[in-house]
Amino acid sequence: MKEVLLGNEAIARGAWEAGVTFAAAYPGTPSTEILQNIKADYSKDIYCQWSPNEKTALEVAVGAAIAGARSLACMKHVGVNVAADPLFTAVYTGIRGGLVLVSADDPYLHSSQNEQDNRNYAKFSKIPMLEPSDSQEAKDFLKAAFEISEQFDTPVLFRTTTRINHSKGVVEVGSREERPKPTDLPRDVKKYTMLPGFARPKHPVIEEKLAKLKEYGVTSPLNRVEMGDTSLGIITSGISYAYAKEAVPGASFLKLGLTYPLPEALIRDFAQHVDRVVVVEELDPFLEEQVRLLGVEVSHGKDLFPIVGELEPGVVLEKLAGVKTAVPAAAAGLPTRPPVMCPGCSHRGVFHVLKKLKVFVSGDIGCYTLGALPPFNAMHACLCMGGSITMAHGISKVMAGSTDPLNRTVAVIGDSTFFHSGITGLIDMIWNGGNSVVMIQDNRITAMTGGQQTPGTGQTLMGAEAPQIDIEKLVLTLGVKPANVRVVNAYDLKQVETVLKEELSKPEPSVVITKDPCVLNYRIKDRPMKVDPEACTACKQCLQVSCIALSMQGQGDERKASIDPNFCTGCTVCSQVCKFDAIQQA
Amino acid sequence: MNTINFLLCGVGGQGVLLASTILAKAALRQGLDVKGGEVHGMAQRGGAVVSHMRIGEKVYSPLVPMGQCDFLVGFEPLEAARNAHWVRPSGLLLYNTYRVNPSTVAAGLAEYPEDLEQQLAQFPCRKRMIPASDLAQKAGDIRAANAVMAGALSRHLEFPLEVWERAVAESVPPKVLEINREAFRLGREAGA
Repeated sequence: MKEVLLGNEAIARGAWEAGVTFAAAYPGTPSTEILQNIKADYSKDIYCQWSPNEKTALEVAVGAAIAGARSLACMKHVGVNVAADPLFTAVYTGIRGGLVLVSADDPYLHSSQNEQDNRNYAKFSKIPMLEPSDSQEAKDFLKAAFEISEQFDTPVLFRTTTRINHSKGVVEVGSREERPKPTDLPRDVKKYTMLPGFARPKHPVIEEKLAKLKEYGVTSPLNRVEMGDTSLGIITSGISYAYAKEAVPGASFLKLGLTYPLPEALIRDFAQHVDRVVVVEELDPFLEEQVRLLGVEVSHGKDLFPIVGELEPGVVLEKLAGVKTAVPAAAAGLPTRPPVMCPGCSHRGVFHVLKKLKVFVSGDIGCYTLGALPPFNAMHACLCMGGSITMAHGISKVMAGSTDPLNRTVAVIGDSTFFHSGITGLIDMIWNGGNSVVMIQDNRITAMTGGQQTPGTGQTLMGAEAPQIDIEKLVLTLGVKPANVRVVNAYDLKQVETVLKEELSKPEPSVVITKDPCVLNYRIKDRPMKVDPEACTACKQCLQVSCIALSMQGQGDERKASIDPNFCTGCTVCSQVCKFDAIQQA
Repeated sequence: MNTINFLLCGVGGQGVLLASTILAKAALRQGLDVKGGEVHGMAQRGGAVVSHMRIGEKVYSPLVPMGQCDFLVGFEPLEAARNAHWVRPSGLLLYNTYRVNPSTVAAGLAEYPEDLEQQLAQFPCRKRMIPASDLAQKAGDIRAANAVMAGALSRHLEFPLEVWERAVAESVPPKVLEINREAFRLGREAGA
């Protein structure tokens, strides 16, 4: 049967068809929907869980694989940086049941903090890598990945990009390969315990496996030669294949699905049968460099295609076929429409206060990163998941001698991010005598990726009830003084300001917690606010809270602030910033 | 048949992706190949959203090449104008007349352009305004504007009505199906 599936839906389907019984992930665009779909459609057969971070997700998946289950770990590209530690050694231990790590890369950083090409991880960690080109292959290749994993006793890297994960395509779906449930748990100390003496002999084994995988790739259907016009031979993989095939359908193609290690003999053979070789790939010259190292002459690669950003099909068409489509100029001078905190979002009031206090705000990855944008401009650094607290600590240590309030630091972090890797940062700060204020904005959900459970929500991905980790008690246990742990109402601007000022004056770490839930996920809507046009002076102060429910309406003297009741949730933040009492609940 | 290229654009939260799903399912039931790409995540609510959709006998790339879009479905006038240059001169631009302020406008940092119609007039493609949000309200919920737009688009493709109706039924939650059916019907009337 055929269905239209998003790449991520196809990966979930592939996991089910492959007989996977264990899946773990930390949500992150563009990988999130893989586990969401496993939960929605296949959780009868597949145990699935959100893990606090990608390192723990991969580690539990390794454990499940050692126990004999086919196991899946999913994350976005930067998540693999977090999981790199277990990854590099899981290649040494090998697996028992198949283990596949999905790395969903994000060229052009549609929603990421950097642009990295995780194909490099395959080479660096010595792990075989598969790259699908569309939804059908996303499903089929995932099954192949498990077969390779078990045949070669190694984890497999399954590398996708946003345009695979978030593309829809037609998929012929199949049935599930039922696998016997493991019944024994054998002890194999030398295989799974990486003491130096046991790990040392593993490295040559890994090199042997890679050599065998090179041979495997020569005849594997994952790598496909499509001979056409031999004047142009294109070596490509992933989404780049789709763009190149569309641009020059009549050319000869070496379409690689197993992109590490490369099938040397196949590449040499292909190159001999075409007049010139062009490598078409997105981001790094990963294939090009390896092909060149084989001594194969590459006519064009990164000299034609950009090393930065997403490959654009129009560029591929132009460079390969010389066809340039005339495109009219875009409409000029239109206002931009950046993502924005939702009406009623509990982060809004906090950033309004932080802006007023003029402190240095060290931020983290989440909806609240939007506090960096105008009109708030109230976040001054953001590095990575969990980095807010540690950066603030480093900055405050350097600025320790300063009495200027401008040099005081506040770290802003969400609940999911705090559980991800903020906890260890807070331990660092407490241990090393820091004095930053850490604001944990606990909105009871992983909001930015669309609302996934966290260790604080009292529910697992599978819907089971779970203990709610109490952030307040946790930070007390870590050693923050009870007097310095404050819980505030995010919508009470005066309270937030007073408490922050008090905590900023202290010489030791403080934690200020908001517990107001995400309005979107918890569908919170109160009576909307209303502007009294008599009282409104059109000072536009309310617009400074950046809420799309608010705008100025009317002309000349009649121009007044106005609130769209369709959007307003009645959070009252705008009424608190109005100096003329012009905004009241309707 | 040649590949038909669609671009659906609007504001996060308007249901652009659901409308893309309806189109994709309808095309699949017609036995066509379908590919499409979308961007979401990063608190996209309130931000600009674009979804590419391509249907034909065999489609390779999920992305529509710039300047080769046959149908642009704009869920919001400003977003329609922002993407109008993707449309072929022979293409059609359908857009919802209901405005949603960008945060930059709500914050007083920019003005919502009053000359959007003139701006759009510079593009050679055909244009059709659809009061989709009003029609959705009439159908029972302003949030069904995406079904109205899908209905309006359906008038311009030669798929049987029952294929569309099935695609709608398979794409929306059962409890709002009646509203979405009605919204689709009103859109189909208005889209001619």
